[in-house]
Amino acid sequence: MTQQRVRTQTGPADDGLGPNTDIGARLRALYGAVQDEGVPAQLLDLLEKLDSAEEAQSARQSNSSRGEE
Amino acid sequence: MSAEPTTFKREMLSTLPSLRAFAVSLTGKHDKADDLVQDTVMKAWAKQSSFEMGTNIKAWLFTILRNEFYSQMRKRGREVQDSDGTFTERLSVHPSQYGAMDMQDFKKALGQLPDDQREAVILIGASGFSYEEAAEICDCAVGTMKSRVSRARTRLQDILKISGEADYGPDAVSTQVTTSNHSF
Repeated sequence: MTQQRVRTQTGPADDGLGPNTDIGARLRALYGAVQDEGVPAQLLDLLEKLDSAEEAQSARQSNSSRGEE
Repeated sequence: MSAEPTTFKREMLSTLPSLRAFAVSLTGKHDKADDLVQDTVMKAWAKQSSFEMGTNIKAWLFTILRNEFYSQMRKRGREVQDSDGTFTERLSVHPSQYGAMDMQDFKKALGQLPDDQREAVILIGASGFSYEEAAEICDCAVGTMKSRVSRARTRLQDILKISGEADYGPDAVSTQVTTSNHSF
């Protein structure tokens, strides 16, 4: 399977879904309405927790000997 | 360890709104979508060493989310089939350039598409992926992706033309809603 290297070549699809088409514009309006709601706090909290847990762990690892868990 | 946590986190953060919108389009419900995004974030975090910085994190996250969605569907059976007629009220920000009725019709039309066509048209038309990226996310050939999008577009045009003004009654809305749950 080819990887995602071609991505710059295609750009936004022009298959009847472009900016001036009814369907394309409505799709983006719907999708955009959800995007604009913002990210729920619980998700942001989760990311923070994951991140700080990892930082704490790597700090511990660099302080003590390696290979111990 | 090649991945640097803060960059990874930042890139993830910037993708979350779009990822969440895609999740809503798959599940049809905001609460389920948020659970799905949460599962995806945890999965992605656990696998972050397999992600190469500088490559397309958005496509990578969408792939994880989609796989997670279908694997949960398989495990849980058809629970997704329960009907709830709350598409409209769930959109707290209404797309202002269209009338409520217009968007309601559009959502119904989207909900009538087969799953593979709906997800194709959303990934290409709204998430902003190329056909190549979308094909990779859905694990199908690029040609397949193109034909799904094209069929979806034709179908949407047909439905929207047919439904016209006649469809505005509450009865029409409620019958549609019970048959189609998978849109925004």
